Amino acid sequence: MALFEARDLHLRFVDRVVLENVSLAFEAGQLSGIMGPNGAGKTTCFNVLTGRYKPDRGQVLWDGQDITGRSPQAIARLGIARSFQLMNLFDEFTVFENIAIALPQTRARARNIMAQAYADPALVDEAHAILRRVGLESRADDPAKSLPYGARRALEIGVALACRPKLLFLDEPTAGLGSDGRARLADLILKLKGSITIVIIEHDMEFLFSLADQISVIHWGQVIAKGTPAALKANPWVEASNLGRLN
Amino acid sequence: MTPARRTPIFTWAMIIVWLVFASVPLWIEKVGLYHYLGVEILIFALYALAYNLVLGHAGLPSFGHGAFFGVGAYAFGLAQFNIAANLWICLAAAIGAAAIAGALVALFISHRRGIYYALMTIAFGQIFWFIAVKVHSVTGGEDGLLKIERLPVDLGLAAFDLTTNVALYYFVLAVFIVVSFLLWRIVHSPFGRVVKAIKQNETRARFVGYDVWRFKAAILVISAALSGLAGGLFSMAQASAFPDVMSLHYSGYVVMMTLVGGGLVSFWGPVIGAVAFFLARDIIGSVTTGWMLWFGLSFVVLVLFKPEGIAGIYQSLMQRRAKASAPAVAPNAQGR
Repeated sequence: MALFEARDLHLRFVDRVVLENVSLAFEAGQLSGIMGPNGAGKTTCFNVLTGRYKPDRGQVLWDGQDITGRSPQAIARLGIARSFQLMNLFDEFTVFENIAIALPQTRARARNIMAQAYADPALVDEAHAILRRVGLESRADDPAKSLPYGARRALEIGVALACRPKLLFLDEPTAGLGSDGRARLADLILKLKGSITIVIIEHDMEFLFSLADQISVIHWGQVIAKGTPAALKANPWVEASNLGRLN
Repeated sequence: MTPARRTPIFTWAMIIVWLVFASVPLWIEKVGLYHYLGVEILIFALYALAYNLVLGHAGLPSFGHGAFFGVGAYAFGLAQFNIAANLWICLAAAIGAAAIAGALVALFISHRRGIYYALMTIAFGQIFWFIAVKVHSVTGGEDGLLKIERLPVDLGLAAFDLTTNVALYYFVLAVFIVVSFLLWRIVHSPFGRVVKAIKQNETRARFVGYDVWRFKAAILVISAALSGLAGGLFSMAQASAFPDVMSLHYSGYVVMMTLVGGGLVSFWGPVIGAVAFFLARDIIGSVTTGWMLWFGLSFVVLVLFKPEGIAGIYQSLMQRRAKASAPAVAPNAQGR
């Protein structure tokens, strides 16, 4: 049984069908990719899977349990974290606090109105370990808004990792990164691979094909192909979709 | 192991504010002012600190906070007349009634933010004000509740009379010290940091597992309860409760105090704002009856040129001073 499954998802915005009978399955420990042209419905699909939108029809299953239509916070508490295509950080916080606020220990104590927020050395240690992992430990005390673009992308992933996810959704993590940044990100994802189930939306085919075990191709809100990178490379529909010929 | 990150329990700013307020009765009359002004400043400083939990800390623009202040004022008087003439019971009633009013409002508005939140707080503020004016049998209508007594502080073994303004000042100061200390703890607690995170990015807060609605509702209830406490103290100070304190313009005063003082950038900003507001009222008011025109103009100028308020001006000056006093380093000396 897949760790996370979407069955026949259907979503319509007014008179426009954005997802139609989308079925996806992500196996535990695997790195899965979702690709497709702009406007194909990839991010909308992520938004349905992570609770931002409720599907009109269909089911979302987590470890066999139906979580369709649950709120984002309820889904996050199950161990499903995500990063965003447009960066979503706590800009006034320091880099350290962006991580610390997302840790489950902080969440468990969030109703405490008298304790010190970050007085627990174990919590501070874990935050620093995550910052080390994403290469930002030296900037722990800098305000998040002062970071350059690539570092903000890394922090975005760090915040998602701080949730101690079992499943991590990354929405176009390479967007806006140069070749160095992409290489560092690929290195980080490879280190995470195996310990966390990862799903990546990505435009960069080379990047995705080098990392993913399975890839699903979405076009016109439908899954038009699925398979291993090797199988998909030979699929004429995938090539046509990627080159925009299906439009 | 990385060392824990602790916020100091007491700060120099906190101790200086408390000590300055403690010394006020010793010199206020010597500078041509009066003790009751000190009582008003302290009560409104407390009110503005409570209000800033919502505006400055949570980023929720409430423009109807006078409703909670007023509910506290009426609850204090009504508890005194109908339940027991005991200071602690009356203050508890003020806090409890305002908390309930805050919870009721929070129930309807906590899913909103920005301009919609602001408009709904105005609407609720007007509803509470209208009720206070119209339900004559309970609130006394436009005449208000009169003959509210300054009840003695009963500590079991000893009791203190609050009939003089100096005695009342020191009692309000004790409440102010306790509440400002609690608020300092709240804003640096896990709860307070989550609220601050929600202010910056609701979406992200939701996706790391926080139920944003509950935190927004909770911070409004805490703020309303403490505003009610300030309202209770005010009704005792002026021996009456009037619907005027629930009006839109009274709600606007606390917004002005908070912004002028610098509540958006400093914990103590609202206290500075309350002091500035009342000093402007009395000092400019002694020269012209149109004091609010001048205070309003200074508010406009401040919002236009330094929205961080007086505390923001002070912080900028300190930063400039620190930069000026930092030793200059020659560019080629950095690698040595």
